[in-house]
Amino acid sequence: MSTTFINGNMACALAVKQARVQVVAAYPITPQTHTVEYLAQFVNDGELDARLVKVESEHSALSACAGAAAVGARTFTASCSQGLALMAEVIYFTSGMRFPVVMGVANRTLSVPVNIWADHQDTLVNRDAGWLQLYASTVQEVYDLVLCAFRVAEHEDVNLPCIVAYDGFILSHASEPVSLLSQAAVDAFLPLAGVTSRPTLDPANPIQMGEVLFPEWYPDNELKKHRALADCGPVLARAFADLEETSGRAYGLIDRWGDDDAEVVLLGLGSMMETARWTAEHLGEHGESVAVINVRSFRPFPEQAIVQATRNARVVLVLDRDIGYGTAGMVYPDVTRALYHADHRPDVLNFIIGTGGKDITPETIERCIALGRDGFSGQTVFWPDARGAEEGLAWTAASEEAG
Amino acid sequence: MGIKLGDVPKKELLHNGNLACAGCPETLGFRHVLKALGPNTIVVNQTGCLAVVMQMGVPKVPHFHVLFENAAAVVSGIDDALKVMDKREGVNLLVVAGDGGTADIGLAALSGAIERNQDFIYVCFDNESYMNTGGQRSGTTPFGARTSTTPVGKEVRGENRVPALRKDLVEIIAAHNIPYAASTSIAYPMDLIERVQKAAAVRGPSYVHCHSPCPTGWGIDTKDVVTVARLAVRTGCVLMYEVENGQRRLTKRISNRKPVAEYLAHQARFRHAMADEALLADIQRGVDERYTAVAAGWA
Repeated sequence: MSTTFINGNMACALAVKQARVQVVAAYPITPQTHTVEYLAQFVNDGELDARLVKVESEHSALSACAGAAAVGARTFTASCSQGLALMAEVIYFTSGMRFPVVMGVANRTLSVPVNIWADHQDTLVNRDAGWLQLYASTVQEVYDLVLCAFRVAEHEDVNLPCIVAYDGFILSHASEPVSLLSQAAVDAFLPLAGVTSRPTLDPANPIQMGEVLFPEWYPDNELKKHRALADCGPVLARAFADLEETSGRAYGLIDRWGDDDAEVVLLGLGSMMETARWTAEHLGEHGESVAVINVRSFRPFPEQAIVQATRNARVVLVLDRDIGYGTAGMVYPDVTRALYHADHRPDVLNFIIGTGGKDITPETIERCIALGRDGFSGQTVFWPDARGAEEGLAWTAASEEAG
Repeated sequence: MGIKLGDVPKKELLHNGNLACAGCPETLGFRHVLKALGPNTIVVNQTGCLAVVMQMGVPKVPHFHVLFENAAAVVSGIDDALKVMDKREGVNLLVVAGDGGTADIGLAALSGAIERNQDFIYVCFDNESYMNTGGQRSGTTPFGARTSTTPVGKEVRGENRVPALRKDLVEIIAAHNIPYAASTSIAYPMDLIERVQKAAAVRGPSYVHCHSPCPTGWGIDTKDVVTVARLAVRTGCVLMYEVENGQRRLTKRISNRKPVAEYLAHQARFRHAMADEALLADIQRGVDERYTAVAAGWA
């Protein structure tokens, strides 16, 4: 094991290299691009025995990964934002084919207005596409989650693709000390022999792939795919446990920080949860008990773990760095669904923050807490960092500036 | 020159029976392509008529039905993966696709795969429209043809693009400096087999364009499909030629080129043109100009 000072894109690329990925296909897009540039350097230096398919679009990037997976290769792609949107058709195709492709996503919002900065819009609009979705909150996690992603995606009970999401610039371009596993440790954690347990395209054993499925049988297949994703939590937990044994770093599908009996609980994805934790620690010093739940695995969605982790909460404040236009943030409905039938049902409020890369500061988090700590009083969705929010939202930036 | 009938492998690589329309020559063409390549072949089938009719286990070789526009990208991944895994030797990677998937929605993916020097054989069966979805016009629909999206109306009669504008796929592909590209027809199976075998001998990308009339969509009596395909060549509507390392060579030389009307008369999609002398003359002029311009000076 060694420690190095690298950014999120390099952490991702190093994990891919140590995973001995055989085919990488990707198209440039900010802020993901460096990941692929690093991988290209590894390949051209002979450090990674892989082929880099320098495709002409993201649609083709994921298609090439699908082709490589169809013959049993370990494959990786990276993208974000508009690139993910262009891939959309192939995203469903890949999960439908049950190909264990791993994709690194340096999260970035979707245009227009043109904006290259971080939010979770790009991955969350793909939340229902049959992929695992893991969200890193530190650069170290980017490295660790990419390794775990291959392990889970390729597991014989899963066989599904996996996105490892890390906030654009905030994690992709910021450097942190990262502890790397030895190549021997990664090889033991991720043997290449385990890439696929399914039949491949092989002239010696001809099979047909991508066939029609008529309505009579369609729901059966949908259920299998759904279950493979819904039920893969234990496989992921096992991967985390094995990683901990090797690295000493412990991860859960969610991580909860704070007092067990905290009445206010913040919940969300990605790097903003580090800010949330810092803010909660600070508030704790001033006597307010706020707990923080970092949802590391959004798909599979750790429903029971969230129920457990909020059993003493009076109000759960769901932080969404995204918006499902016209309704609420895209994490929020899953949390409310999980808690609706729980023995203890706290109020659940939704805060849309940090879209398009707007800084999420401790003050942002404090505003969420101030707006939500008293629980439900008629409004569920709040935009604490947007100008022009509803009348009476004394905490909007606009009113601050006006004041 | 040329392959003899006795040289064609007897072994069939398609099971009997499929979902094709009666008289469909595309399945016939695919049968010959597979004979040309043999059993060590992996087929990536872009969405189109052939992908539909090959469902439910018709091919005896690995067959992967992918999306409408991504076969060239999928085959790129297969090519590179097999190379990394040291399994590439002796395997033919074949893409089969239609004209809509090739000339329109999948053109970028094909161009990219060629430019990257991926090793695959791409066969496009051209029935000059989106027949799988009910006969809408595509980038290769000829001037004047009636399709479901270029109907014969009171003001516009059939496909009314400027006749000189065309997606000449073989030339577009050849412009990449591809080692081998060819144009052939289902009416000449021995030529098709020879073109595909030459394509397979290339290390790197190769392209074979195969004209394939559609009895259902064009309105041809099923017994006349091969005749119509042959007339397409004999009237000069379809040129049979190959481009090998930049050199163009006619593989089927036409003496006494027939009037286009003889070809169109068999097709319901041109019925309005047969009764419209001006339109017929425009169609004939378009074919003449291309034939003279393109074929002049070729070996």
